[in-house]
Amino acid sequence: MSRGTVIDLCYLVAVIGFILALKGLSSPKRARAGNLVGAAGMLLAIGATFAQPNLAHLALIVVAMVIGVAVAVPVARLVKMTAMPQMVAIFNGVGGGAAALVSITEFIGTDTKTLATYKVLEVLFGVLVGTVSFAGSAVAFAKLQELMTGRPITYPAQQVINAVVGLVVVALALAVLVTASTTLLWVLLALSLVLGVIFVLPIGGADVPVLISLLNAFTGLAVAASGFTLDSNLLIVAGTLVGASGIILTRLMSKAMGRSLPNILFSAFGSVVTASGATEKAGQSVHTGTVDDVGVLLAYARKVVIIPGYGLAVAQAQHVARELADSLAARGVEVFYAIHPVAGRMPGHMNVLLAEANVPYEQLKEMDEANPELSTADVALVVGANDTVNPAAIDTPGSPIYGMPIIHADQAQHVVFLKRSMRPGFAGIENELLYNDKTVLLFGDAKDTLQKLVAAVAES
Amino acid sequence: MTTGVVEYLTVFVLAAFVGIEVVSKVPSILHTPLMSGSNAIHGVILVGAMLVLGHAHTGAEEVLGFIAVILATLNVVGGFVVTDRMLEMFKGKAPGRDRPSSGEEKKQQDGPAA
Repeated sequence: MSRGTVIDLCYLVAVIGFILALKGLSSPKRARAGNLVGAAGMLLAIGATFAQPNLAHLALIVVAMVIGVAVAVPVARLVKMTAMPQMVAIFNGVGGGAAALVSITEFIGTDTKTLATYKVLEVLFGVLVGTVSFAGSAVAFAKLQELMTGRPITYPAQQVINAVVGLVVVALALAVLVTASTTLLWVLLALSLVLGVIFVLPIGGADVPVLISLLNAFTGLAVAASGFTLDSNLLIVAGTLVGASGIILTRLMSKAMGRSLPNILFSAFGSVVTASGATEKAGQSVHTGTVDDVGVLLAYARKVVIIPGYGLAVAQAQHVARELADSLAARGVEVFYAIHPVAGRMPGHMNVLLAEANVPYEQLKEMDEANPELSTADVALVVGANDTVNPAAIDTPGSPIYGMPIIHADQAQHVVFLKRSMRPGFAGIENELLYNDKTVLLFGDAKDTLQKLVAAVAES
Repeated sequence: MTTGVVEYLTVFVLAAFVGIEVVSKVPSILHTPLMSGSNAIHGVILVGAMLVLGHAHTGAEEVLGFIAVILATLNVVGGFVVTDRMLEMFKGKAPGRDRPSSGEEKKQQDGPAA
């Protein structure tokens, strides 16, 4: 067997590893093993590449890889669990950037006269999509890291301007195809950066996870395009796997939010507080409670449902939440957590946080399992959630979140909201439940308030 | 350059079907880890980056390839580590498993690394 054949076989094994990884990641039991299988496949692919004949600049390659590892490992290991969404965004972005650079380098390095038209097309696709993914992920990172506002950013004639930029990019791509001009390709790259940014600006913070999933799929497709340019089946298969599965995953995610993908991408969701909410707000007032009252309410309840949201994550309140649940359970109160599939900033965010705090698995209930229980609950304790319990999703057809499945906190006898402020949730919509007579609000940092509640429960 | 574009297209189409098939039944709590895991997998662009840097002829190609290898390495390493950390949280949380012992396991694993 020639060296080339052995290398190709290694790549084949790596690809099988990637497929098994995706398969494993789709089931809770085998997810972690699946990820490790994927990593092993990647190691094999990289090792085999070092054995490629005529590979020059080995020292440079190793130095670049060492730099990459030296930056990535500490960042990925030390970042807080709450910041994971941003991390996925940024690591996806650099992948897109790498794909664009690989395509462009291959274009520069080959005599463009001899380059087949379809190869130039793949280069263009790789540069365009990779760069959009890079720029888009950078903006998504900035939104989640709160380096900029998480609200949608809109300006007049936004969709027209975006469409024009998009058309110019396509025209430029055609020009490169005809002229094979490297200069124009760089202009295309610059304009793709702009396109990536303006594509993401109008997307609100709550929708960013879906966006990241879409950009992830984009990067996969850009990698596949590089595979065509480099004659590499490995890149084609791996990139396409991610591209296809990413698009399916994006659709599943938007379905979990009860919205369509175009609605998420183009509606500047959450930019305005809806008219109906704003008018009602004027005539209604909220009931602010004291920690002691709520402590008593909880201590003498029969059944308490804790509904966590992003506020729990930012306040790092998962451990205190468990403490409160444990002390209530010790008093004989039935306690469980109702987890909305899109609570927090990523699907599964709450499960991850509560699992970190060692909350017993039996106490975590998915939305569909929890909802029938809420009508018999004495207290629904909403910790830093808002949109996921907003009844407007059911009874206000004009509301932007209408149709999204929610947790029926409003059916409990009492509702307690732990909130930082009266600011609406991510979606930017008023929540009528806040003004309901059976609702009590406790303002402040969730962790702080929960700690006081633990003390109040102990005293009552 | 001997393999025709049609053969690559065939591979592309088949891979697309596999990609769709393989994730179609993922439960919502795994959406994020799956996204993160597939994010790591497209880091395979590192192989492409190594090839363009390894075959670079000019200074410009070397610079671009060098940056590409750094970015792609970030993607691969960061992607897999972040996914593993997410999934670590799911460990031992299956119903019926003995929780204290799984907690000990976790500590032992984290010990040397930290």
